[in-house]
Formats: sequence, C-alpha cells, structure tokens
Amino acid sequence: MIGRRRFIAGASSGLLLGGCDRLTNSPRFRAVLRSAEGLNEGAQRLVSARTALAREYGEADMSPIFRSNGTSHPGTPEYARHLAENFANWRLAVDGLVARPLSIPLASLKSIPHRVQITRHDCVEGWSAIGKWHGLELSRILDAAGLSTRAKYIVFHCADRFGDKPYYESIDLVDAFHPQTIVAWGMNGHLLPVANGAPLRLRVERQLGYKHAKYVQRIAAVESLAGIYGGKGGYWEDNADYEWYAGI
Amino acid sequence: MDDAAIIEEPIEPAEAPAPPRRIAYRHRLPTRLWHWINALTVFVMLMSGLMIFNAHPHLYWGQFGANFDRPWLSFHERPMPGWATIPSTYNLAAARRWHLAFAWLLVIGLVLFLLVSLWNRHVQRDLAPTGEEVRPRHIWHDIREHARLRFPAGDAALRYNILQKLSYVAVIFVLLPLMFLTGLAISPAMDAAWPWLLDIFAGRQSARSIHFICAMALLAFILVHLVMVVLAGPINEIRSMITGRFRVPPERMSA
Repeated sequence: MIGRRRFIAGASSGLLLGGCDRLTNSPRFRAVLRSAEGLNEGAQRLVSARTALAREYGEADMSPIFRSNGTSHPGTPEYARHLAENFANWRLAVDGLVARPLSIPLASLKSIPHRVQITRHDCVEGWSAIGKWHGLELSRILDAAGLSTRAKYIVFHCADRFGDKPYYESIDLVDAFHPQTIVAWGMNGHLLPVANGAPLRLRVERQLGYKHAKYVQRIAAVESLAGIYGGKGGYWEDNADYEWYAGI
Repeated sequence: MDDAAIIEEPIEPAEAPAPPRRIAYRHRLPTRLWHWINALTVFVMLMSGLMIFNAHPHLYWGQFGANFDRPWLSFHERPMPGWATIPSTYNLAAARRWHLAFAWLLVIGLVLFLLVSLWNRHVQRDLAPTGEEVRPRHIWHDIREHARLRFPAGDAALRYNILQKLSYVAVIFVLLPLMFLTGLAISPAMDAAWPWLLDIFAGRQSARSIHFICAMALLAFILVHLVMVVLAGPINEIRSMITGRFRVPPERMSA
C-alpha cells in the first residue's frame, strides 16, 4: 500500500519534475528531438556558402593559454613508444574508398608546404580558445589518394581510447574539402603538444571541439557510418548522444 | 461590445448599486496561441539552457574565454539545481537536444506573431506607446499606481498601460531577437556563414554572455508577469488568455 503522502509526493515529482526526464528517456520523444539535428544542419548549410570561412584572427587575439580537453595523454604502450621515438615512425594511413591507399610518414607530411591559420576552438561545453594551427589541407591528402565517387564520409581513427573504446570521428565531404579543414601537426608555432593531439590532429573549423579528432592514425573514406563502432559517426555520438552535426 | 443595460439609479438608494457585469473580448487568437506556445517553449529553453550553462558555468567578454582566462561571472561545479534544469540530472547532450529543437518553435512563433500582428495592426494599435504615454509624468503616474496595486479599471483595463507596453515591446522587439541572434553567434558554423554576427556582439564569448543576460531578463519578466496576473485576478486573467474574454473590472466609485 502506498501512503497518501507518498503518493502525492510521487505523483507531483513524477508529473512536474520527472515529466521532462521521462520525455528525455522516451525513445519516441528523443527521435522527435533528434530530428532537429537534420533541420539545423540543413538550415545552416542552406544559408552558408560551401566554402564560407571560419574567422581567422591575428596573433594579438590568441588565448594566452590554450587549454586542452578530452584525452590529455593516450597512455597506451604503443603511444608511449611513439612518443619516446619522437613520433619518428608515426604514419598516417589513408584507406577505404580510395584508388591509392597511402601510408604517409609523418616527416613527409610535415615537409610539404602547409597552411597556417589562427582560429577559434569552440567546445560543446561553451568555452572558446584561439590558437594557431599548422597543417596540411585534408583535401590534398584525399586528392592524392584518389577518393572514390562512392565515398560520402571521412572517418578519423585515433590512438586514444576511453576505457576500452577507441576515439574516432567523422565528417562529410563538404567539411572534408573545406579549405580550412587541415590535418594539423603544429600549434602556436611549435609541434603539437601531447595534450593537444600530438603528432596529428584534425581541424574542422566550422564545428565544435569534439569533432576535431586528436592523435589521428588512420583516415578512412566510407559510404556509410553504419557498422563503424556504434554506427553514429563518433565516440561521443555513440556513447553520449552528442550530435553528429556539430555546427551549432 | 458594451451591451449591459444601463441601470437607472433609484432616487434614494438603499445601498450602492452593483456595477453591471461587463465582458469584453481582449485577446485575439494569434496572441493567445503565441502566449501558450511561449509558455511552454520559453520554459524549456530556460531550463535546458541552465543545464547547458552547468557544463561551463563561467562567462567571459570577447572572442575567446576558457578556464585560464578571466570570467566576469563564475560559479563552482554545476550551480543550477536539478529542479531548474532539463533534464534534472547532468546531461549536456540531452539538454542540447531539447534546446536546439525548441529554439525552432520559439523563433518560428516569434516571426509568425510579428507578421500577423503587424498585418492585423496589433503592434501599431495596442503595443506602440503613444506620445502622451511616454511622457515622464505619465510613466511616473503609472509606476505609482502599480506600486499601490491600483490597477486600471473600466475601459482603461482593456488597453495595455504604458508599463505593460514597454515590457512587451522590450521582450518582443529586444530580448527575443537578441536571444535568437546571440544564439546563432554561439554556433561556429553560423559564424562562418554570417561573420557579422561576431562583429555586432564583439565575439563569441560576448555573445554567450549576452545570451545569458537576456535569458535572465526574460526570467525576470516572467516572474513579474506571473505576480501581476495573481494580483490582477488570476482566474479572470488566465481565462482571458484562453478564451479571449475578459471581465472588465468596474470603475472605482471615487476617483
């Protein structure tokens, strides 16, 4: 038997306070909320030129200290070995739906003329930091590999893990071929620090921080995100229900 | 509209005659619809917004701002209590889903309301203050009357008084558009599409601060609004916002 007082307390908290939580937990309501992600992406792409550039700042605008977020050190034996070797044997694999799979030594990647951009990093939590990035346009890497016309997404496989799950991220071809989308090896005039993704990280300047995969080891061109880990296109998308489209 | 019979006063009234009961049509359908859509939407936006604020409860001015920079407002841990947030336990991803979906309702509602209300002249006729009303003496008079809880009666109760007009105009034409534009300015993709967003607010972190300040101003408006509804007669007021029909408070006998 439920006492009257307990019933009233339960009913009021259930109706008033828990109502929104119950909706949050309802798969059908979540599907309604999730449909706004496509609406946001469609609307933003509609009002945005394909190559609209994120603002590039001057040296004077840079954050005095650029904080890191997410993994600050991958901590695996394999990564520790690379770090001890100063990443001399780090290679970037490019495979999947490409005509010429590549395995690019880090040194070759850094020897090519590169792009430098001072841009703002916006975290999903709300903070922003401005830093200077040095790296190679992703479009040049994809062109060198010869992207198949079937490819729709570019997936970034990383060396860091959360528990037993490897970090990964993905973007579509609009962002993959955007002029500011680079595979960065330098930050603020130096090689990337470990906390910021050494030796290679993605910069995809029109999206939030969690899309900017760090410790990138492999780039794969795919037709669909289904079947890759949780199938939602990224570690946080799979495990915390963050939006795959993180332009907002 | 005023179809109540005129009661002739007896020559020697035993007591003051009961004033005629007068019902007037005060709120048109678009206003009522928008009001209730907002009653839902604004609460979802405020509560999911407070949860998003919990993720990084520090506000900055300028283009950037993070843990090593100096905030102008800063809290420890996660300051917003569960009863004030959606969801009630920490979940940034779910709060963003709520916030970025209901934002559409808020914006579409605002745009439709403005279009309809300009077209049916609600804005020009009912919301726009007149030259007489914005004179300091008139505003001061209304403030004093409100402070004494003496609310307009008779025909005056069918029009918005100047304090109402100024509040509604501030919400409709200043706060809500600012919420929308600063919200866009927080989006990195919108900053690339419309770089002027960063210029008018002097940076993403400034925009985020203004977004929060406007949200708190909206919350203050809602609290005062609810207090005024209670003081002015909640049943009559709420009924008038549901059916449109409002029982006009009779004129006071003595001026």
